[in-house]
Amino acid sequence: MAALKIKKGSTSHSAYNLRPNFSDEVETHTLAVLVDNEPGVLARVIGLFSGRGYNIESLTVAEVDHTGHLSRITVVTTGTPQVIEQIKAQLGRIVPVHAVHDLTVEGASVERELALFKVAGTGEKRVEALRLADIFRANAVDSTLESFVFELTGTPSKIDAFADLMRPLGLIEVARTGVAALSRGAE
Amino acid sequence: MTRQMTGAKMVVQALKDQGVDTVFGYPGGAVLPIYDEIFQQNDIRHILVRHEQGAVHAAEGYARSTGKVGVALVTSGPGATNAVTGLTDALLDSIPILVLTGQVPTFMIGSDAFQEADTVGITRPCTKHNWLAKDTDTLAETLHQAFHVAQSGRPGPVLVDIPKDVQFANGTYTAPEKSDTSIYAPETKGDITAINELVEALEKAERPVFYTGGGVINSGPKASKLLRELVDATGIPITSTLMGLGAYPASGENWLGMLGMHGLYEANMAMHDCDLMINIGARFDDRITGLISAFSPGSKKVHIDIDPSSINKVIPADIPIVGDVESVLTDILKVWKARGRTVNREAIAKWQSQISDWRKVECLKYVQEGKTIKPQYALERLEALTKDHDRYITTEVGQHQMWAAQYLGFEDPNRWMTSGGLGTMGYGTPASIGAQVAHPDSLVINVAGEASWLMNMQEMGTAVQFRLPVKQFILNNERLGMVRQWQELLHGERYSHSWSEALPDFVKLAEAFGAKGILCSDPDDLDDAIMEMINYDGPVIFDCLVEKHENCFPMIPSGKPHNEMLLGEASTQGVIQAGGAVMV
Repeated sequence: MAALKIKKGSTSHSAYNLRPNFSDEVETHTLAVLVDNEPGVLARVIGLFSGRGYNIESLTVAEVDHTGHLSRITVVTTGTPQVIEQIKAQLGRIVPVHAVHDLTVEGASVERELALFKVAGTGEKRVEALRLADIFRANAVDSTLESFVFELTGTPSKIDAFADLMRPLGLIEVARTGVAALSRGAE
Repeated sequence: MTRQMTGAKMVVQALKDQGVDTVFGYPGGAVLPIYDEIFQQNDIRHILVRHEQGAVHAAEGYARSTGKVGVALVTSGPGATNAVTGLTDALLDSIPILVLTGQVPTFMIGSDAFQEADTVGITRPCTKHNWLAKDTDTLAETLHQAFHVAQSGRPGPVLVDIPKDVQFANGTYTAPEKSDTSIYAPETKGDITAINELVEALEKAERPVFYTGGGVINSGPKASKLLRELVDATGIPITSTLMGLGAYPASGENWLGMLGMHGLYEANMAMHDCDLMINIGARFDDRITGLISAFSPGSKKVHIDIDPSSINKVIPADIPIVGDVESVLTDILKVWKARGRTVNREAIAKWQSQISDWRKVECLKYVQEGKTIKPQYALERLEALTKDHDRYITTEVGQHQMWAAQYLGFEDPNRWMTSGGLGTMGYGTPASIGAQVAHPDSLVINVAGEASWLMNMQEMGTAVQFRLPVKQFILNNERLGMVRQWQELLHGERYSHSWSEALPDFVKLAEAFGAKGILCSDPDDLDDAIMEMINYDGPVIFDCLVEKHENCFPMIPSGKPHNEMLLGEASTQGVIQAGGAVMV
């Protein structure tokens, strides 16, 4: 049988290209995931990300309610709006997950990260490092005659900026906690 | 009154309290205490399989043919890893099963003990949820929660891993009604605003179509009844995925047949050209959509699904409704009736006449001539001779599976069991055993290909031991037919390893197992041979020698839209381009 003749027009364009609701632009979202503090729960969450090919930019997890056995996982992820919606829906499906909040879209939020920087040097570079640390309100939490360990809290971009400045001044090592975030206001 | 008992006894007690009458399993060192308890009671029947994969597929067959949770019991290590394929199969097809695995004692976990495997770690991505039961006092509650999770919301497989010391230790038994099931409470009622919007769209639609899936079956028999009422009252044509066959009867006047890659021409054309698509319990699988960018371009899409992650995963929904099919259909019917039972009769009549024109293509036409049995003919005869029986059909995976879906008619839900999402060769034989155990007096037929069938043929031993009269209807083309078909279409007819040069003599094999073997190679003998199979009171292996090079049509090639189906051999030349060739 010969290939069928089909009316023109029906496949010339896709309706989805016309729909504005899902853009192809990659966005960064901060998700707060409230979970039962039980063995394997973190593996379920990160296994979901790796198994379905989603990105993790940063991840923090700790128990936040000892009596209720609840932990809070804060995950910064990137993806198109459709992928972000999928990530939230997939997270919501995990049995020990109580709630998933997208702090990026659910009103204003504050994000903080803590970082430790080891900077080694002497002379003018050492003085400059200390001066910049003061400007950034970083605390020196360890000091030798050739090095400092600075502690800095702030947004990820502030920590990036401080790392960029420290690099030419003898930055040896950085430890970052990843983002912790909360929505603003009384709710 | 608190009841003290061992963990092993708790397992049996919890199964009884959950209404379980059958367990499919295989003993081993780490589950011996549970087997000892099974030995000392008569309420739960244990079916000894020949391989743990068989136990899980049998539990699936039991679950799908009854709507209840299927239960499998296997040992630690290899017992658990052999269960992984069945768990993944059940996850992709949303089948409620509980797999109980033994584990090395808690104090040996992590020491690479004999037959130790990280079962909870291995099965985490292939279960809906799983538990490591570390404490006998909470074991019973965990088991009741496992049943709850398996069958609530979107059903799926769950696993409870039970270390041997937990089985031996004493603890307090918790009854089902005392167990906390609030840990998992998915929304089942659809949003009424969206349902109103759907009914408004349904009243105006000129070219509407229902596209239904396994979610209707999973929702229960009432959902199928409501679906039939809605379809017949509105006169709107209906198609279904492979998973949803039987929810609407194949003899129903609005039935279009299955849709998708090997679906019927009229079903796929209706999906492509419709102006309102009402998806009920299906998930826009890639076997259904074909080329996504050209999928039903002119339609408004309604998506009813109990799993919010199915909505907008593949195809954006204009009207998304999260809820259980039965509940949502009840509300749809209520609203539609209250608003005056309106549909656009005139436009739908025109739409139906367009569909009649598509039907005239006769996309399932084939030619049976000469002395070789065409596989389609074998299934047409099987359908004619068995359709009036109380019948359950399972399949393996491949061409025979698609032909079975095309040529057999399903009048009721829970009568058709096939590995849809995972495409597991070797599913059908154990699934037929599970279905037969649940329905001992019914006719259970596994439509198989010889290659798939060999993958779990050891389960014939189970069928013989437990006197399960399953009929293994093998369409034997001495080829991996679907692989061969794709090699023909996509890989320059280079048939790399897609045939078997050393097949067993299936009649002798049947006799070796203690079953009956029937060989048929002549179309003139086929009816008598099928009748002999049906009338034999015991398991049968039916070796039906069929045309070796038959291709399965119609077919939407990978990377093509619904309206570019291949209908037969002549239309296949050079149709699949590079973009489609990378897809499976």
